Amino acid sequence: MEMQLDQLSLINLIFLFVIAIFLGVELIAKVPSILHTPLMSGSNAISGITIVGALLSVGLTPGSTLCTILGTLAVIFATINVVGGYLVTDRMLCMFKSKSTKDKK
Amino acid sequence: MNQMIFITVCYIVASVLFIIGLKRMSSLVTARKANQLSAIGMLIAIVATLLTKGMMEWQWIVLGLAVGTAIGILAATKVAMTAMPQMVGLLNGSGGLASLIVGWSSYHYQPNASLLTTISTYLAILIGGVTFTGSIMAWVKLEEKFITGKPILFAGQKIINALILGALLWGGIIFCSQPANHYPLFIIIMILSLILGILAVIPIGGADMPVVICLLNSYSGMAGAATGFVIINSMLIVIGSLVGASGIILTNIMCKAMNRSFTNVLFSGFGSEVKKKKTDIKGEAKPIGVKDAYYVLEAARSVVFVPGYGMAVAQAQHVVRELGEILENNGAEVRYAIHPVAGRMPGHMNILLAEADVSYDQLFEMDAINPILDTTDVVVVIGANDVVNPAARHDKSSPIYGMPILNVDKAKTVFVLKRSMRSGFAGIENELFYYDNTHMIFGDAKETLQALIGEFKSV
Repeated sequence: MEMQLDQLSLINLIFLFVIAIFLGVELIAKVPSILHTPLMSGSNAISGITIVGALLSVGLTPGSTLCTILGTLAVIFATINVVGGYLVTDRMLCMFKSKSTKDKK
Repeated sequence: MNQMIFITVCYIVASVLFIIGLKRMSSLVTARKANQLSAIGMLIAIVATLLTKGMMEWQWIVLGLAVGTAIGILAATKVAMTAMPQMVGLLNGSGGLASLIVGWSSYHYQPNASLLTTISTYLAILIGGVTFTGSIMAWVKLEEKFITGKPILFAGQKIINALILGALLWGGIIFCSQPANHYPLFIIIMILSLILGILAVIPIGGADMPVVICLLNSYSGMAGAATGFVIINSMLIVIGSLVGASGIILTNIMCKAMNRSFTNVLFSGFGSEVKKKKTDIKGEAKPIGVKDAYYVLEAARSVVFVPGYGMAVAQAQHVVRELGEILENNGAEVRYAIHPVAGRMPGHMNILLAEADVSYDQLFEMDAINPILDTTDVVVVIGANDVVNPAARHDKSSPIYGMPILNVDKAKTVFVLKRSMRSGFAGIENELFYYDNTHMIFGDAKETLQALIGEFKSV
């Protein structure tokens, strides 16, 4: 991964970073407390987006054994985070039933 | 070039799906679809990444994905709902570790990177490392198998933490100024970050874990964002900071619900010293037998259950629901009152009761239930303590003074299911137990509830 961060792109990225934080605050503030656990595990799964970095660090580092090993480990851990996070969230959300949906059963 | 544009478009689509996913998380009706939408976003992001020009080492990529998927599926399907806080903790840690490793690999491959890239790498290592070991510590403390869930304090703790932090800062400056010559220093920075994660979490007690888990959730997002700066990827930065922000908000909500500041939760070792401050509590705790409790419940028109961490420990959620249904068939209105910090993570009680098939229209938040408690016939407190202590309302000397509580003492009758008179997490006596309208039912919560169900069934 031959990449260099220069000043101009840094400024753009920081801009994104700040805007995204505000967006996050707006999005989450409305979630009711009953859903806080699924929200946490769900957003946790989303933070597994690091997997993109992990994949690139395996695939774009030819010739370095250590990088391949490290990258593979990173892919494993990030995948656990993603797959585990989404599945466990789904499992929880599946359980929430209202009176009316229960009666339909 | 076309390939790059295609990948970027995919990343934009994925980001939009994540954002819609988080937004729709705010309603129970749409939440499940929202989560699936966000998972589709993740799939798109992963596939797009694999299309990047020049990708190699496919066998390793496939291996990593396969192993991770297998472990993820296994963990997610096997974990008990009561162990959800630990699970979320471990998932956080695994994300943090991935960020740390990506940072390491990127430095190893290209030690002579620009200053800005090096700083980002440093941050990814630091945040990723703290998230990893901090989460592992949180998991160990929640399990309470290897070490106590109580705060662990030792002399000079704050000084040691400050020294490590200082060393990390100083090391960071030297490292970033000349990254290529400082591989050993880089390793030291990594190790110190890992140690800092452990030291930051051990002084925090079990019942404060909701705050820690939220905070680590936030860190894992921030670690992802830092990785985004390392590999110059806008999607990682956007999504990482979204998650970071959501963690901060939840942390804030939890602190408010305990009426304590963020720093107090993180550094005070709250609940470590059991202050035997003899409050002049008048009266005596009155035990009541199952039989007598049954007569009261049988006649009750409205019943509110107040679950706490004790319910999770006793795995009593299914029996609670069974008793609730019996009471409903008996003509009583049954509700469940949930304090924001009940349990070991935000919303912990809600998922347990949902697992036991309690419908969500019966679950009430603190502000919704408190006005109703005045006219409630019977409140049954199951394994909750500090969140129902009336001292929080009036006793200015109490450590929990000012914390919003469930006003269960306003109900006509209160049953407290408890193993013994032991005090709760905050280490203070609960004056509720000595009130005239309170009756204690000692014993294992699950067995007591089963006995009550037995009484109803024997009629």
